[in-house]
Amino acid sequence: MRFLLDDEQREFARALDGLLGSAGTPGVVRSWACGDHGPGRALWGRLAQAGVFALAVPEEHEGLGPLPVELAVAFDELGRHAVPGPLVETVAAGALLGRLGGDTARAWLPQLASGKAVASLCVLAPGGSPYALDADAADAVFVVDGDTVRLARSHGPVQPSADPARRLARPLGGVVLTQGPAVEVAAAHAADVAALATAAQALGLGRALLERTVEYVRLRTQFGVAVGSFQAVKHRLADTLIALEFAQPLVHAAALALAADDPAAGREVAAAKVSACEAAYGAARTALQLHGAVGYTDELDVSLWIRKARPLRTAWGTPTACRARVLAPDGRG
Amino acid sequence: MDLDFTAAEDAFRAEARDWLASHVPSVPLPSLETAAGFAAHREWERTLFADRWSVVSWPGEFGGRGASLLEWLIFEEEYYRAGAPGRVSQNGINLLAPTLFEHGTDEQRARILPPMASGEVIWAQAWSEPEAGSDLASLRSTAVRTEGGWRIGGQKTWSSRAAFADRAFGLFRSDPDADRPHRGLTYLMFPLDADGVTVRPIGRLDGKPAFAELFLDDVFVPDEDVVGEPGQGWRIAMSTTGNERGLTLRSPGRFIAAADRLTALWHSTADLAHAPETAHAVDSGSGSGSGSGSGSHDTALRDRVADAVIGARAYRLFTYAHASRIAAGGSIGAESSLNKVFWSELDIALHETALDLLGPCGELSDEATEAPAHGSWAEGHTFSLAGPIYAGTNEIQRDIIAERLLGLPKGRR
Repeated sequence: MRFLLDDEQREFARALDGLLGSAGTPGVVRSWACGDHGPGRALWGRLAQAGVFALAVPEEHEGLGPLPVELAVAFDELGRHAVPGPLVETVAAGALLGRLGGDTARAWLPQLASGKAVASLCVLAPGGSPYALDADAADAVFVVDGDTVRLARSHGPVQPSADPARRLARPLGGVVLTQGPAVEVAAAHAADVAALATAAQALGLGRALLERTVEYVRLRTQFGVAVGSFQAVKHRLADTLIALEFAQPLVHAAALALAADDPAAGREVAAAKVSACEAAYGAARTALQLHGAVGYTDELDVSLWIRKARPLRTAWGTPTACRARVLAPDGRG
Repeated sequence: MDLDFTAAEDAFRAEARDWLASHVPSVPLPSLETAAGFAAHREWERTLFADRWSVVSWPGEFGGRGASLLEWLIFEEEYYRAGAPGRVSQNGINLLAPTLFEHGTDEQRARILPPMASGEVIWAQAWSEPEAGSDLASLRSTAVRTEGGWRIGGQKTWSSRAAFADRAFGLFRSDPDADRPHRGLTYLMFPLDADGVTVRPIGRLDGKPAFAELFLDDVFVPDEDVVGEPGQGWRIAMSTTGNERGLTLRSPGRFIAAADRLTALWHSTADLAHAPETAHAVDSGSGSGSGSGSGSHDTALRDRVADAVIGARAYRLFTYAHASRIAAGGSIGAESSLNKVFWSELDIALHETALDLLGPCGELSDEATEAPAHGSWAEGHTFSLAGPIYAGTNEIQRDIIAERLLGLPKGRR
């Protein structure tokens, strides 16, 4: 057993961190929030060059995958830098089409892997979201409805989310691409990939919030000392770190389970999803509280991270649904 | 990155599982915090030792199997999965022994470790004093040089299992003129029946004499019972508390086993709730249940069961990552404080959930003849409540996390 990222995976993370650290993501997010997708699509192209979108696409369709561990590594960095766009949905659509194969896979997967096409995905199911994320920015919106996959024709009006970088719209109409029992199996797998990517994204988001808040409380002084020297502040930050540190191995184990096609992977993914997203939301609450009033403004960039945490918590598996899955005998819940 | 065991590790697991299946008492032993229970647990240590299962990670010459850290984790998983008794020797095995391996002499290891492994000599710790708890370095008990050894005096307290144990180890101030409180301390071992030692048992929350006060009046300790260099006791003891907080005191196996038992309890209580007269109300509920036909009647409790299962799993995986880091040449430092806060809070949450699942019968003490599961949930709950206090309070741990892992400035405690 060697339950640690290997050197190559660590190097991949460092490379993405370097790329994103100099990309000015807060500006990209603010443009995206106004419906100006230009800077976001440019960044998308660079991420594609780094291999991010090929990780969920099988090699036979010009991808590198499926590589769930590397996917988790990449999404950790995407979350850390608050990259906007249907990132999760694009890799989940890749997982869906990869499982289904056929003409649709041949037509779309190389485009997704290379970053030429951006996809969104909506799985219509009880308890699931009726919206496709960033449908207005996507080249293809795939809709799973029971045993049918459709390519949406258009979408309804854009509904703003609590996270300004998330723009939601109902997919409308469209042509049936595939139908049959294989769709439900492939869609369940795609939902697992989406939940894993969301969990990893939340982990990176939480870590960024913790780092920024630690930095802030070291500099901010009141009563003549750094507020970070107060025990009430320290303990809150310690708890934030604990939650993130214990969520991370769950995310890695879930990625390994998906990589091994483990029949219990659904349970592992659910445990990772709820833990990582609760930890990230806790980090956001801590960041807001310890920044004080200045954290409660949209002028400070940290708000872009804070506002992401809540929507990630319910996207691709609410906390309650994840907990039910953890205890379900088949891990499906 | 992988979570795979080797064939040899699988074989080790199978051997441990087989042995435990044929040796673990079918009825739980009486609480080890009572005289009768202590004696029964001492006997169990002898049984473990006879087949070299009491200290698997120690070298063979001291009664162990030279098991790797991962094999030790495997053994612990099997041990608690089998419902085996608590370890009455744990203070010696987990706290003193690692210190002797690192700082002791060959003579000390040969003399002390085998009887510790067999349960013949059971050790208690003597760290805290009435005026030195979290601020342990302010301790006042003294050690004064005399011919051939030291004479110790003062008062120690919260000494776990000292009411029934044979010997104790702790820190004593040997140089009252040292410039800093944590300098000039010496690590000493002494018999609890020595001349000048008075042991006063203290009842814990449920009245059981789980710890004791020690009054030390001019007790002679020979040089051979000094651990490491005189005056270096703080540094030596800190290597021990790192072990205590970190991997070795609370292995993930305990929580995996407890979470499994909690899940079984949840299923059994859910099945009761699914009697025909309540089935309709359940079916017309939120519909977001597990789909297994059990437990969906109370999603609040179900969520807490799930959180305990997730927490136990997270702790196990976190430990595997730590073990992998150590195998790759790394070490555990302040990170052990993350473990300590996590497992101690998990332990309480897990037992509270169990007591809530038991409903009105959950209040029965472990001594009640009708207590569910032989009182193991009640006893476990009482024990878990001490977790955030001992081995360095969780407040101290959070200070360590904030200062050493996050780099926040030191401040007033």
